[in-house]
Amino acid sequence: MLTFNTLVGVCFLYVVLLFLVAFVADKRARRSKVRFLTSPMIYTLSLSVYCTAWTFYGAVGYAARSGLEFVTIYLGPTLVMIGWWWFLRKLVRVGRSQRVTSIADLVSSRYGKSNLLGVLVTLIAVVGTTPYIALQLQSVTLSFAVFARDRSAGWAVPDLEQTAFWVAGGLALFTILFGTRNLDVNERHHGVVTAIAVEAVVKLVALLAVGIFVVWGVGGGPQGIASAMDQVIKAAPEGAWALQGGRWVGLTFLSAAAFLTLPRMFQVLVVENVNERQLAMASWAFPLYLFLMSLFVIPIAVVGLSLMPAGENPDLFVLTLPLYFGRDGLAMLSFLGGFSSATSMVIVASIALATMVSNHIIMPIWLSTRPGGASEYGDVRQILLTARRLSIGGILALGYLYYSISGGGSALAAIGLISFAGVAQVLPAMAGGLFWRGASRGGAVAGLITGFAIWAYTLFLPSFGDAGAMSASMLAHGPWGIEALRPQALFGVDGLDPVVHALFWSLILNCAVFILISLMSFPSPLERLQAAQFVNVLDHSGPARGRSFSAATAEDLLVMAQQIMGADQAQAWFQAQAELQGKQGYLPDTTPDFIGRLERELSGLVGTATAHAMIAQILGGATVSVDDLLAVADETQQMLEQTTQLETKQRELTLTARQLSEVNEKLTQLSIQKDAFLSQISHELRTPMTSIRAFSEILRDGGADDPQAAARHASIIHDESVRLTRLLDDLLDLSVLENGQVQLNPRREVVREVLDRAIAATSSVIDHENMHIHRNRSDEGIALYTDTDRLAQVFINLISNAAKYCDAKEKRLAIRVRQRGGRLQVDFVDNGGGVPLESQSMIFEKFSRLSDHLAAGGAGLGLAICREIMDKLGGEITYLPGQSGAAFRVTLPVGNPSTFARGAEAGVNHL
Amino acid sequence: MTKQVLVIEDEPNIAEAISFILSRDGWNVSTHASGTTAVQAVRDVQPDVLILDVMLPGKSGYDILQDLRSSDDTRALPVLMLTARGQKTDRELAERLGVSRFMTKPFSNTEMLSNLRELVGG
Amino acid sequence: MRSPREPLFLARQSYRRRRIEDAARLLPLFGVIAFLLPLMVGGEIGPIRLAYVFSAWFVLILSSMLLARHLGRGVGQDEHSTNSISTVDTDAADDAGGLR
Repeated sequence: MLTFNTLVGVCFLYVVLLFLVAFVADKRARRSKVRFLTSPMIYTLSLSVYCTAWTFYGAVGYAARSGLEFVTIYLGPTLVMIGWWWFLRKLVRVGRSQRVTSIADLVSSRYGKSNLLGVLVTLIAVVGTTPYIALQLQSVTLSFAVFARDRSAGWAVPDLEQTAFWVAGGLALFTILFGTRNLDVNERHHGVVTAIAVEAVVKLVALLAVGIFVVWGVGGGPQGIASAMDQVIKAAPEGAWALQGGRWVGLTFLSAAAFLTLPRMFQVLVVENVNERQLAMASWAFPLYLFLMSLFVIPIAVVGLSLMPAGENPDLFVLTLPLYFGRDGLAMLSFLGGFSSATSMVIVASIALATMVSNHIIMPIWLSTRPGGASEYGDVRQILLTARRLSIGGILALGYLYYSISGGGSALAAIGLISFAGVAQVLPAMAGGLFWRGASRGGAVAGLITGFAIWAYTLFLPSFGDAGAMSASMLAHGPWGIEALRPQALFGVDGLDPVVHALFWSLILNCAVFILISLMSFPSPLERLQAAQFVNVLDHSGPARGRSFSAATAEDLLVMAQQIMGADQAQAWFQAQAELQGKQGYLPDTTPDFIGRLERELSGLVGTATAHAMIAQILGGATVSVDDLLAVADETQQMLEQTTQLETKQRELTLTARQLSEVNEKLTQLSIQKDAFLSQISHELRTPMTSIRAFSEILRDGGADDPQAAARHASIIHDESVRLTRLLDDLLDLSVLENGQVQLNPRREVVREVLDRAIAATSSVIDHENMHIHRNRSDEGIALYTDTDRLAQVFINLISNAAKYCDAKEKRLAIRVRQRGGRLQVDFVDNGGGVPLESQSMIFEKFSRLSDHLAAGGAGLGLAICREIMDKLGGEITYLPGQSGAAFRVTLPVGNPSTFARGAEAGVNHL
Repeated sequence: MTKQVLVIEDEPNIAEAISFILSRDGWNVSTHASGTTAVQAVRDVQPDVLILDVMLPGKSGYDILQDLRSSDDTRALPVLMLTARGQKTDRELAERLGVSRFMTKPFSNTEMLSNLRELVGG
Repeated sequence: MRSPREPLFLARQSYRRRRIEDAARLLPLFGVIAFLLPLMVGGEIGPIRLAYVFSAWFVLILSSMLLARHLGRGVGQDEHSTNSISTVDTDAADDAGGLR
């Protein structure tokens, strides 16, 4: 027979076991043996603080009243967990990189390290969680009462209030012992987390054991359950087992939101998280845990409803069913499961709340009472620990007070969902902060206040019933009889479930105000900096930089850090930081990077806002300015620019390499050309020399007997000398032209006159070759301003070339003159065979004689000279293909004195 | 017996000079100015010795020499090559192709005569 | 700020990983739809719909497990934090691992 003393004894033993587990885990953690403690399994199990006594006992009661709807409380977290890649991963990454200590700290840090927001979220959390803690106390006392009632014969009926008091006290002791044992930069509590994990296993095993006993022990297996279920549905009031769409969706959403925003959930999900591997496993393992937790809920409810006496509280079926069938051991296990659920929730919630209260309320108040003395904090650690311990005690006291004032009535049972809806108000600020850079402090504050107020007005206050904060008439007709403001039918939206109604209005208006104010406000630089870091946390963004602290001395900072972190740890940390900077000793340079690290390190202990404030005090109130923001942006920009520059450089190098190889090729070509040119010159000079030498030797040796032949020899010598001279002239001329050392003598002349002169100069060869020249003299009246002597030289060359090389029987040369847009065009077209296509590109090169020497009489420099001349005159000479014979086109600007002067000057300058 | 010499040279003045010098020395001289038909001219004239210019219209002296050396009837024909491009590479190329004598322009009349005499006399 | 210089095409392995990430993002959506389906049928909840909800739930868990096995490979080898502030290397790992 289970006596009360046995129960208390087992309970006590269980608590001692938990203490031991926590103690050992803490010890291992401090010896840095954390591999097991940080395993994804422990993490997953620690998440089970979500399943409180409310869900352990209450789920069955819920199922007994509303059927399947109870699973919504588990479906929401399931969806959040399997969607971890999308949301939780980012949240956890932010939490780690910013050393976030609580959800209040997260929101405060995101919105410019604003303590106002920290306080606000802390208040919401306290208001939302205190009744919940009271609920846990109630469930523990109720479960005690169950044993007391059934065994009244052998039991002294315990005073329920007293039980609750002792439970609260014991929990406070445990929490203070292991929750504030030490100050941890990461705000992680390995002892507590491991104890929670053990409790999670107990919970699950207990519920599964009861479930298996109920299904196969008394329920007659799955078939029996199914038939019992049909009977229960028939017996239940109309619609109780029907799915209500609004509640189904609303509660799923609510539980998902609460899963993220409940302080205790944030504590285990984000703060106690060590790496993403944990998250990856929890993403499926925790939904599996929830799945198992809810697997037997309906069978237990169904069997309880059909077998237990009417009027039995379905909330306690888990406990009363085994007792009813005399399974004391199972009942004991079940009791321990419920006890575990309640205690784990209370422990984690009070740690989370204590962190928030001490960091966002107590520390700032304490800081503000200190007169500016930068490093004169005294032992901050002791103060902080005391603040934590006081907070834990205070929160548990609040929960106990709430429990005893509310009297543990049925009103408390409904508090679970109400509490969920309250803390869910933080969701817009949190999600908006993570995904929207435009979310601003003002928006978050306004949204939170709006949502919280509407929640209180429509759900929290009415939950106390008409005897509580609101009168019956106010609930029925609204304040001052304004129907539109009826708390449970706001703006005339009637007929909704109260929870869904409150959730709808509070979150809609919360979001609306949050977004609207965010859109309208302009955030401070620090806020924008934080926003960028939060939103871009997954995009390899670096830590905050860019602040410059001239006044800061490393020594002041060390003094302060010692007071917060403890002397040894602060010194070790400073030394390591100095080492990172390549320095010896304990005093690193106060670079922005270092300051940022220090601030994050401290914020793990005292919260972001407080750490920021403390450092700001030492640094003479230095805060982030727009310049700093720009500096941060600049770093990114600079890196981008450097990349761009590198790419440009590479492109330039490639280009240069290509140009170099081109130049190299050109040089090689030039070298080959030079050799060829020298070889040509040699040939051109030696050829006339050969004749001259041969004939002069003949003459020297007596000469020809025939005087006529002798005279002919002499004339050959003469002709070849002339040819040699002309060649040298041409070479010199070309050299002068090519080197640009040519003096142009521009003057005004009409084209006709230039042509006349050219034809006059070539009259001998024209006559000799018997060539006819066709001109249209009326077209030739175009006035030119250029060096007409040089132009005439070109014309002479072209005319004599035509005369010499035209292979037609009756040689004809047409000279056509016209003006095209300020440029003069003179075409020389003969009726010969023209220049073969493959040679057309060659003819302007030096020594590119096409036909044989006989006809040429020149050294093949003529056209090359022409090209150089035209170049100097600002025009060009081209071969004109597709004409009746060889055709050359001379183009040059008509010119006027001023333009020519400029051109000529430029030409001279570049020589 | 007068020896037959064929002069393939496109510069008329040089051809005339060579003709005059050789004729006065008692050679039977014929001239040819084109490169393209030079090999045929050699077959037609059947000279004892050939004077060959390098720079010829249509076909270079080197190509002509190569043709002559690759043909049985002209393989042994003594060839005196003349060039106005007195570079080392030109001489080397000519020697590789099997030239008998190589002279750069301008040349000494007596030197040419003695070269020719050696070629036919030897 | 997403880098404008993300490569346009990926190697097979990276490509596969991206698609698994896509699937991980879509899975909750699939879950929402799966859990909304019971609403499409009115009336009392019978054993069939009960079985459906739990089956859908279980399938979701299984899918999530498969995805997490692939996704978890790339994450989390970053740090082994301790509860002690004196372990500065932890902090360095935090900064390196947490942000990279």
